[in-house]
Amino acid sequence: MQEWANHLCENRQFGSKMTDSKYFTTTKKGEIFELKAELNSDKKEKKKEAVKKVIASMTVGKDVSALFPDVVNCMQTDNLELKKLVYLYLMNYAKSQPDMAIMAVNTFVKDCEDPNPLIRALAVRTMGCIRVDKITEYLCEPLRKCLKDEDPYVRKTAAVCVAKLHDINAQLVEDQGFLDTLKDLISDSNPMVVANAVAALSEIAESHPNSNLMDLNPQTINKLLTALNECTEWGQIFILDCLANYTPRDDRESQSICERVTPRLSHANSAVVLSAVKVLMKFMEMLPKDLDYYGTLLKKLAPPLVTLLSAEPELQYVALRNINLIVQRRPEILKHEMKVFFVKYNDPIYVKLEKLDIMIRLASQANIAQVLAELKEYATEVDVDFVRKAVRAIGRCAIKVEQSAERCVSTLLDLIQTKVNYVVQEAIVVIKDIFRKYPNKYESVIATLCENLDSLDEPEARAAMIWIVGEYAERIDNADELLESFLEGFHDESTQVQLQLLTAIVKLFLKKPTETQELVQQVLSLATQDSDNPDLRDRGYIYWRLLSTDPVAAKEVVLAEKPLISEETDLIEPTLLEELICHIGTLASVYHKPPSAFVEGSRGVQHKRLPGSAGSGESESPDAGSAGGVSEAPPAVIPSQGDLLGDLLNLDLTPPTATGPPPPSSGMQMGAMDLLGGGLDSLMGDESEPPHIPPRTHTPQSPQLPHQSPSPPDYSPTELGGDLGGSPAMGSGFGGPPAAMPASFSAPVSGGLDDLFDLGGGVGMPMGAYSPPKTIWLPAMKAKGLEILGTFARRAGVIQMEMTLTNKAMSVMSDFAIQFNRNSFGLAPAGPLQVLTPLSPNQSIEVALPLNTVGPIMKMEPLNNLQVAVKNNIDVFYFSCQYPISMLFVEDGTMDRQVFLATWKDIPNDNEAQFQIKDCHLNSDAASNKLQGSNIFTIAKRTVEGQDMLYQSIKLTNGIWVLAELKVQAGNPNFMVSLKCRAPEVSQCVFQSYEAVLKN
Amino acid sequence: MIHSLFLINHTGDIFLEKHWKSVISRGVCDYFLEVKEKAVEPENVPPVLQTPHHYLISIYRDKLFFLSVIQTEVPPLFVIEFLHRVADTFQDYFGECSESIIKDNVVTVYELLEEMLDNGFPLATESNILKEMIKPPTILRSVVNTLTGSSNVGDKLPTGQLSNIPWRRAAVKYTNNEAYFDVIEEIDAILDKSGMTVFAEIQGVIEACTRLSGMPDLTLSFMNPRLLDDVSFHPCVRFKRWESERVLSFIPPDGNFTLMTYHVSSQNLVAIPVYVKQNISFFETGSCGRLDITIGPKQTMGKMVEGLMVTVHMPKAVLSVNLTASQGNYTYDLATKVLVWDIGKLNPQKPPNLRGTLSVQSGAPRPEENPALDIKLKIQQLAISGLKVNRLDMYGEKYKPFKGVKYMTKAGKFQVRT
Repeated sequence: MQEWANHLCENRQFGSKMTDSKYFTTTKKGEIFELKAELNSDKKEKKKEAVKKVIASMTVGKDVSALFPDVVNCMQTDNLELKKLVYLYLMNYAKSQPDMAIMAVNTFVKDCEDPNPLIRALAVRTMGCIRVDKITEYLCEPLRKCLKDEDPYVRKTAAVCVAKLHDINAQLVEDQGFLDTLKDLISDSNPMVVANAVAALSEIAESHPNSNLMDLNPQTINKLLTALNECTEWGQIFILDCLANYTPRDDRESQSICERVTPRLSHANSAVVLSAVKVLMKFMEMLPKDLDYYGTLLKKLAPPLVTLLSAEPELQYVALRNINLIVQRRPEILKHEMKVFFVKYNDPIYVKLEKLDIMIRLASQANIAQVLAELKEYATEVDVDFVRKAVRAIGRCAIKVEQSAERCVSTLLDLIQTKVNYVVQEAIVVIKDIFRKYPNKYESVIATLCENLDSLDEPEARAAMIWIVGEYAERIDNADELLESFLEGFHDESTQVQLQLLTAIVKLFLKKPTETQELVQQVLSLATQDSDNPDLRDRGYIYWRLLSTDPVAAKEVVLAEKPLISEETDLIEPTLLEELICHIGTLASVYHKPPSAFVEGSRGVQHKRLPGSAGSGESESPDAGSAGGVSEAPPAVIPSQGDLLGDLLNLDLTPPTATGPPPPSSGMQMGAMDLLGGGLDSLMGDESEPPHIPPRTHTPQSPQLPHQSPSPPDYSPTELGGDLGGSPAMGSGFGGPPAAMPASFSAPVSGGLDDLFDLGGGVGMPMGAYSPPKTIWLPAMKAKGLEILGTFARRAGVIQMEMTLTNKAMSVMSDFAIQFNRNSFGLAPAGPLQVLTPLSPNQSIEVALPLNTVGPIMKMEPLNNLQVAVKNNIDVFYFSCQYPISMLFVEDGTMDRQVFLATWKDIPNDNEAQFQIKDCHLNSDAASNKLQGSNIFTIAKRTVEGQDMLYQSIKLTNGIWVLAELKVQAGNPNFMVSLKCRAPEVSQCVFQSYEAVLKN
Repeated sequence: MIHSLFLINHTGDIFLEKHWKSVISRGVCDYFLEVKEKAVEPENVPPVLQTPHHYLISIYRDKLFFLSVIQTEVPPLFVIEFLHRVADTFQDYFGECSESIIKDNVVTVYELLEEMLDNGFPLATESNILKEMIKPPTILRSVVNTLTGSSNVGDKLPTGQLSNIPWRRAAVKYTNNEAYFDVIEEIDAILDKSGMTVFAEIQGVIEACTRLSGMPDLTLSFMNPRLLDDVSFHPCVRFKRWESERVLSFIPPDGNFTLMTYHVSSQNLVAIPVYVKQNISFFETGSCGRLDITIGPKQTMGKMVEGLMVTVHMPKAVLSVNLTASQGNYTYDLATKVLVWDIGKLNPQKPPNLRGTLSVQSGAPRPEENPALDIKLKIQQLAISGLKVNRLDMYGEKYKPFKGVKYMTKAGKFQVRT
């Protein structure tokens, strides 16, 4: 600012008196006062200069609202410039000074009657911009007159004013019948009026998705087409966009509209061109393919699209995003124009990346040589992002055009030889995909890849390399050494790499069992015991189980044939593509997302579809495939983490997920325990049903926290190795009859995986257990628009975190995931957060996340505090919430009376805590029933002197027992509760639960 | 529609804001500034950005960002075209489009912006109309205005505003009636190492300057209109006549305007006027490299090539250059690593040559990327596509105007890869 002021002073010294910079020179405190005096001057010229100073201050964001009355006083003038300046001021400040703004109304109303149409239009236009209720009331009458004004300039201004008024007060516009008047203006004799009426109606229609404002029929279409030829370039855009919403009755009407729209393709304004392209692309769908005109039209579309690419870079960008859609829908239009998408070294990066995308879409056998030569050229450029994409593009060419695969691979090898780090890494990632597409063809290059192992530092490249090593382990002599080298820093790797490494080593083991037992044991224990990541742990357990139960099956599963990957990995899904084609030229087309997904509060759920072609009226788009064959591409897509997911999903889960867990025998428990150590044992212990709990878990003296005493896995590598070649029965050496294994495995599977795959089974079923109402955990303001309401519940023995996720932002949210911090009771998600579809703006979704209690433990303050991290495509958000401890009360919390008595005595009196529950109007039986619903079990009742004494027991998920004595006196709403527990710190929480349960 | 406009200089200061609907806090620009910070080069800021509640559509011109704020679905091309139109208008009014000139004329700028959009809908964007409503500042006018107290703002409805020819004002009068047409063609080309054409096309434009009284109706015809299969016209051109007869028939705007642009596509053979032999190499050992560039005439159609200039963006590691030019001068900017060789006229007998050594930072790895050469050149009196104007006829007025056609070929984005 200071610098600027200096600069202005300099200007003044040079005597540039005619510039506006002089209006800025008064920056002192007394400025407002000075201006006030000048505004009230008698001299017209001085007044005008003063208003200019005020406006100048306003433009740089200075607050000059204090001058409001003085500026408004200048409004009554016949000097048009002064009037306009005052209006400018009014529009800016009227909202902050609504009472004063009323002072201006009379002048406005008077100006609306002025003989000069310019002044009439100016008045109605300005009035519409003043967003003050009192002013809008006065606006209605002048506006009605102006809509019917004899001068078209006034009518066209008034049409826009209706849209302004609608934005301020929609009801008023409807009540006053302005919408009908506006519709009448579509038939106006002046094309500019028609264009503005269409623009205004379109804007209004956007906030009213269901109103049938634009009632398009052949007559109105005809009027629009006539106006199209005569109105301004901007008007043409509005009219074309409006035409695009019309669905012609038959192919003849469609053709005649196309014929009248095609001249717009030669317009100098690129927005007109693109809107015309939209209309043509849509209406073309209705034309029979054998029609001569159809071919002519296709030919006419190419040149204007090419021309858009010689415009300014910003225009090019939008054009390229749209061409990307057009090429997917009708590749034949631009198939000969590959060269215009060649990248120039000084194109902005955003243009380069888009061009590259389209080059790959247009790549075919005919032009692949050219394309590859170009891509190789790009791979030596400076910009890292661009180079990476170019390398990736080479891989995509290989997958798309089979004949070129060999050339692509050798090009990639050349690039690897450059040893430029990021080039090498990208190349390895794409070579992995090439291996998948053409198995057993290019494996000779593996040696070259292995040379670069050490230089890989990006997770994706490391994961790809590991996949390659695992997949071709039998051909790589030192595969075990290579993989082992990755294992050293296992915990520092990203999840992607860890998962890939786990699978690769298991593959290696299945291929070369004799030398790699130690390695596989190491990775399994790293994955299952030392990792906090549930995905990794689950996968580790599954492999472990699989290897120990049935190695033959393991081989079938892990080394199964992988589905072929599709040619094009990033095609837009056909229905979405159709919708986007209807929205060419819009923001939706730039983002490649349906408009409903991201434009705030507009359009609602109105999805546009392409019309069917002639002769096959109803079917949605029967020609989609024949048009280019692209949309028929199989939906198989490479999963983002290689084929691992595929491997996992191939698992035969039938036996474990079969109905309810079979009654476990203690022998089996022991077997599982021996094999899997503490971790899984506690996991299964939690989930097992009450009847046959091993006695030791009953003893309240030893609250058994998971992971507290893991017994080392009793697992002998030699046995595993010997087992592999032999019959599955030999697996018994692993600590239990193989038949029993799936059964005991079923506990974690049904607790975890089952919920994972079959969510919602238990959701929403009231089970009597108290669940507090949902509260806001994460306000939208703190989480970039994501709002989370939530509560906890225990339903059918499963702890659930029930959440309502609401998207209050403008963009779609996806890729949700959740994680907990360590907490007092080891609560952890039993599966991933199941938000399967992206969350559109203003949409809410209910999710129930099943929890288990085998997570890592750390004592929290307060005890029931839970810190949660939720991630989506936008960011990671943190919040903390408190869960009611009653959620952790397990169903088998009934203690034997004798044991109760003994335990009560055994627990020292210091551990007893007494609480009073006030204002509880229940009798003892009702209270007992209510508490039972939340797994607080009454095991004895005694009545002493009109006082009911209820003795109750509670067991927590971690094996802690809480004993309670509840005193209920008839007629006294205050209950007394005494709690005794070996871990007295839980008492406070338990009491809170008592209170919550009894009062709700 | 377009909600607000912010003008931001290349260092990120917002120096002007204009709102056509309610006022939006300039804090919304923070999203943009964040992206700009990341983009390093201002040219690389993506033109369409999404924020939680708005869309930001921007253009970068003359070292300024024109940033518009959008709240509802609006065709982005419409916004970008409009922003360019705003920049064009500033250029037209003030002779240049810069931060200082905008600040110097802030009130006029504000009046212009108010006149160009109403509620986000374009109102008057034609230069002819705007100039009738708001007179461009001239020294003489401001002196007269201060003396007489008259204003810069026209108080009559612009005549063209509503007629079927909104681009022309009525009652134009000249003592000398003249119409000039400049056919300017730019060659966009990429040549590979060996001099082969990877890609070449011609962007043509016909710029017109008409100072004709009354309502002249002009017809311009070409010797070889079949060359033109991809054209964009000024709204004044009657498309039907073009479709049927391949002539340009129009009532021109008054003054300077772009009559048409055309595009001769890469599928046609494009003549490349010069050849470039080059060799830029860096040695594996030692910290130096060698450069040798020769330019000679190729397909010049017998015309003189002028204004020849070669620009090379050297790799970062190149510290200095030691070169000898057989013709012209060269400069090497140490900061930006740009080598510019200004040759001037091309002598067909003695092709100019630039050669010498490049010294590279010692210890730095051998530069990976190959610097591309950017060629600038001009050829007067030639349209390289072969396009020729046949004749210009005028109807509707009785006087005889003075007519002239000029041709010129320039290098557009003309790049040679090394």
